[in-house]
Amino acid sequence: MVSFKKPDLDSFQERIHIATLFVTFCFLLLITRLVWLQLVSHGKYALLAESNRIALVPAPANRGLLIDRNGIVIGRNYSALTLDVNAEEVKGNVDQLINDLSEIIAISPRDRRNFKRSLEDSRNMGTFPLRSMLNETETARFMANRYRFPGVEIRARSFREYPYNELASHLIGYIGRVSQRDKERMQAEIEGAKADDPDALQASFLPGIQYVGKIGLEQSYETVLRGVPGYDQVEITAGGKPVRTLSSAPSVPGKNVVLSVDIKLQYLVEQLYGNFRGAFVAIEPETGDVLAFVSKPNFNPNDFVEGIDSVTWKELNDSPQKPLYNRPLKGIYPPGSTYKPFMALAALENKKRTPSQSISDPGYFDFGNHTFRDDKKGGHGIVDMQKSIVESCDTYYYMLARDMGVNMMHDFMKPLGFGQITGIDLQGEARGVLPSTEWKKNTFKKPEQQKWYEGETISLGIGQGYNAFTILQLAHAMANVANNGIVMKPHLVKAIEDPFTRNRVLTTPKESYRIDLNAENIEVIKKAMLEVNISGTSAAAFKGTGYQVGGKTGTAQVFSLNSKEYKHGSTAEFLRDHALYIAFAPAEKPTIVIAMVVENAGFGAQYAAPIARKALDFYIEGKWPKEIPEWKRAP
Amino acid sequence: MEKSPLIKVKGFFFGIFAGLDRQLGLILLGLAAVGFFTFLSASQNTPVQIADELRNLALSFVVMWLVSRIPPKWLEMGAVWIYGFGVALLIAVAAFGLIKKGARRWLNIGIVIQPSEIMKIAMPLMLAWYFQKREGIQKSWDYGVAAIILAIPVFLIARQPDLGTALLVFAAGMYVIILAGLPWKWILPFVGLGVIGILLIIIFGGTICAHDVVWPFVHDYQKHRICTLLDPTSDPLGKGFHTIQSMIAIGSGGFFGKGWFQGTQAHLEFIPEKHTDFVFAVFSEEFGLLGNLVLLALFFALIKRGLTISASAPNLFTRLLGAAVTLIFFTYAFVNIGMVSGLLPVVGVPLPFISYGGTALVTLGFGAGILMSIHRHRRLVQS
Repeated sequence: MVSFKKPDLDSFQERIHIATLFVTFCFLLLITRLVWLQLVSHGKYALLAESNRIALVPAPANRGLLIDRNGIVIGRNYSALTLDVNAEEVKGNVDQLINDLSEIIAISPRDRRNFKRSLEDSRNMGTFPLRSMLNETETARFMANRYRFPGVEIRARSFREYPYNELASHLIGYIGRVSQRDKERMQAEIEGAKADDPDALQASFLPGIQYVGKIGLEQSYETVLRGVPGYDQVEITAGGKPVRTLSSAPSVPGKNVVLSVDIKLQYLVEQLYGNFRGAFVAIEPETGDVLAFVSKPNFNPNDFVEGIDSVTWKELNDSPQKPLYNRPLKGIYPPGSTYKPFMALAALENKKRTPSQSISDPGYFDFGNHTFRDDKKGGHGIVDMQKSIVESCDTYYYMLARDMGVNMMHDFMKPLGFGQITGIDLQGEARGVLPSTEWKKNTFKKPEQQKWYEGETISLGIGQGYNAFTILQLAHAMANVANNGIVMKPHLVKAIEDPFTRNRVLTTPKESYRIDLNAENIEVIKKAMLEVNISGTSAAAFKGTGYQVGGKTGTAQVFSLNSKEYKHGSTAEFLRDHALYIAFAPAEKPTIVIAMVVENAGFGAQYAAPIARKALDFYIEGKWPKEIPEWKRAP
Repeated sequence: MEKSPLIKVKGFFFGIFAGLDRQLGLILLGLAAVGFFTFLSASQNTPVQIADELRNLALSFVVMWLVSRIPPKWLEMGAVWIYGFGVALLIAVAAFGLIKKGARRWLNIGIVIQPSEIMKIAMPLMLAWYFQKREGIQKSWDYGVAAIILAIPVFLIARQPDLGTALLVFAAGMYVIILAGLPWKWILPFVGLGVIGILLIIIFGGTICAHDVVWPFVHDYQKHRICTLLDPTSDPLGKGFHTIQSMIAIGSGGFFGKGWFQGTQAHLEFIPEKHTDFVFAVFSEEFGLLGNLVLLALFFALIKRGLTISASAPNLFTRLLGAAVTLIFFTYAFVNIGMVSGLLPVVGVPLPFISYGGTALVTLGFGAGILMSIHRHRRLVQS
C-alpha cells in the first residue's frame, strides 16, 4: 500500500511544481503587459486620457439683427426656456421618454418628429431641444419631476424670430439647422478663408454653428450675421455629461444688417395685393436702394427656423399659388407694353425715329403672310411717339421693331439690364431672355431652330415673343432711365452695423457704369410717361396726385410660372393675362421707381396702376390708404 | 483560578479561528481590503451601496468559515450528488430555461438562478472524487470516463451559449485531470496545437477577421470579440470601446498612479462595469504599477499558499480538490487582468475578492473555505 502511494504523491508534487511554474509564467506575462502599458506607453495613454475627458462645448454667437432703413427690426432673437435632452442618455428609448415627459409638458407630434430627426442627424452626440418656449407652469411642473428624467434639463436658448411673420418673407429668407451639406460648404469656405487670412482660424469652430441662413438675406449675409461661436473647455464623462468648466472663449456676436428696404412701404404693398399673386420692386434710382421687394403670396419664415413640419411644408410646396417662389427674383414675365418706353428710347438713340415722326395705324400690321393686330379695333389713327406711349399703340412698335431688327434692340436693351443678372444681394437670381440672333443660335440645338426669322422680331417690339424678364430687371431698367443712364447696382442692404458701438459701415455699391444717353431723348420718354397718367391708359388711377408721376401700363400674355400645368379647377384663372405697371416719381427728380406685375389679373391699368398709385402716395406724401389696416410696430 | 473575562474573549476569538490557515486568512483580508478601497472609489456617483459591499464581504468570510468546519470527507461523500444535481439543473435550463439577451442560461425556481455557476465547484469535486475512487487501480480509460464527466456539463453550458463559463468549468476539470496524472504525451500535443493556433490568429488576424469570413464552431459575437482584441481600434465605439478605455485607464496610471479617487477615466465614466469585471482598471489607474505589483504579489501568494496546502493534503481527493480550487482562483485573476489590460478577449470573469458581486464573493468564499478545511483537517486524517 505504502509503496503504491509514495510515487503517486511524488508525481502529484511534481505536477504542483509545474503548475507553480505555469502560474509564475502567466504572472510574468501580466507584469510585462502592465509594465508596457504603465511605463513604456504611459505618455501616450496619459495624453489619451486627457483628451478623453475634455470636450469643447460650443457657445453659439448671437445672430445679428435685420433692421429696415428706418430702424425697424424685422429679424431678431429672443431667449426662451427650452427642454433639452442629452442624446446619450436616451439612446434606444426615445419614445418612452417623450411619452413620460408629455404627461407633464405638452409635446406636439411635430416636436417629437423634429427631435428625432435631430438625434438621427447628430449620431447621438450632444444635447437637443425637445420643446421650446416653456411657460412658467410647465417649467415648475418639470422641476418638480426632474429627478425622474436624468439627462433632461431646462435651459435658456436664443431663438431667431421674425416679428412680422409673413411680411417680406422672400427677401428676409430664414435660418434653419445646419445640414450636412451646409457643413461641408462652410468647411470649404473656412479653408479658403484660412489660406488668405491666418486669423480666420478661430472662425473654424464649426460645431458652434447650429443655424445657418437658408434663403434670402439670411443666406446672402450669413457670414456677417453669424458671428464667431465661442466655446467652453469642459471636463466630460464618456456619455458627454459636463462635469466642470476648465476654460472658455467668448463668442463674438454677429453684426446687424441694415436694409435699404422701407418695411412700411413693403407692408403697404403686400396688403394692397390682397389675394392677388405677383411681384413688386421699388428702387431709389439715385442709389440703387431697393425700397420694396414684394413677392405674393408669401410664407411665414418662423415656421422654418426649428425645422418645418411636413404638413405645413407639403401645403406650401404643393400650393398652385407657389408661395415659396421668389417672384421678383426668379419669376420671368414678358414685359408687354411696359417695354414700349424703352423701345421708344432705343428708336431715338439709334435715330430710327424722331419724336414727331408719325405713322398711320389702321389697327393691324401685315408682315409676310401674318397679320399682327392692335388691341384697338380700327386703329389709333395718326400716331407720333408720345401718342404711341400714351395710348399704347402696338402698330407703332411692330413697325419700329421691323426697322430696328432684333440685334439693335438687344444691343440697346442689354446695358439697361434686360435679360442680365442685376447682381442684387440675393442668391438665385433668374437671367431671363433678351433675344438676339446669337442668343437663338446658342440656345437651340437643331439648325432650323437656330435661324432667326424676321417675323419673330415684330412681336418683340411690344414686349412679347421671346422677351422674358424679371420684375427686378424691369425696375432696374426703369431706374437706369430715371437716373439718366447712370446704372446703380440694386441692393437690399445699405449698411452693416456693429452691435455694440452702433457704428455703421455703408455697403452700398458705387455706380456700376454709365450708359451714354441723350438727355433730350430721356426727357421725351419721361414726358410721354407723365402724359400716360394724365390722359393715357392709367389716368384714372392717378387722378389728383400732388406730385408728377410717369408710368406705363402693360398686359402680358401668360407663360405660366415654370410652365407647369395646373391641375386644379382654377385653370381658367391661371390663363388670364398678367397686369404690369412701371412708374417713376416725382418727375423732376425721381426718388422712387416701380415695376410690378399682378399675375392673372387682366389689364394693367385696372389692377396694377392703382396699387402703384397708393404705394407712391405713401412713399412720397406719407398718405396711408383708408382700406389698409394700420402699420403696427411689433412688440 | 478563574479565567479573566479578557482571557475568555480571547479564548473565544481564537476558538472560532482555530485551525484556520493564518497565512491564507491574511492574504484574503489583504485582497478584501484592496477590493473595498477600490470599490469606494469606483462606486462614486453610482447607486451601488457601500453597505451591500460590506455585507457581501462579510457573507463571503462567513461562508468560508462555515465551509472550513466541514470535514473533506463530507465533501467527498456529497460530490456525486452535487454534480448530479448540477447536471440535472443544466438539463432543465436547456429544456425550459429563461432566455435573456439571446442566451438560455437561467432557471426560475422562485428565484432566478444560473446553474452553470454551481458547476464551477461541482466539477472539480466530482472529478477529484472519481480519481480518489480509482486511486491505485487507475487505468488509461479512467481518463476517458473523466473526459465524459467533464464534457457533459461543458457541452450543456457551451450551447446556452455561455462560452466564457464553459471554458472556466472546462479549465477547472482539466486541472484535476492533469494533476491526477494525465500522461504528458497526451498533454503536450494539445499545448503545441494551442500555441500554434494562437500564433496563427495573431499573424493572420487581419485576414480571418475580414467581414465575410465565417468561422466554424463559433458564434459571430465570439469571432467579433477575438477580432476586437486583435485590433481594438476596429470597433472603437462598440466592443472595442471597453478595451480601449480600460487600456487608457491602466496606461495613464503610470508608475505611482493618479491617487485614490483621482482616476479621471473611472470617475468620468469611461470604464464600463467599473465595480465588477473592470474594477482592475480603476485600481490600476489610481494606484499605478506599484499598486498592481502589490496586488499581483497578493494573488501569487494566495495561489502559492493554496498549492502548498494541496501538496501536503492527506489524500488524493483533497489534493486534487485543493489544487483545482487554487488554480480556479488563478484562472479568474489571470483571465480578468488579461482581459482588462487587453491581453485576452473580453469574457465575463470577476477579479477574485476585488470585484463587486455577491454570487462571485460567496463562490470564492466557498473555495477558500475548502482550502481552509483541507488545511484544518490534514492532521486529523493523517493521525
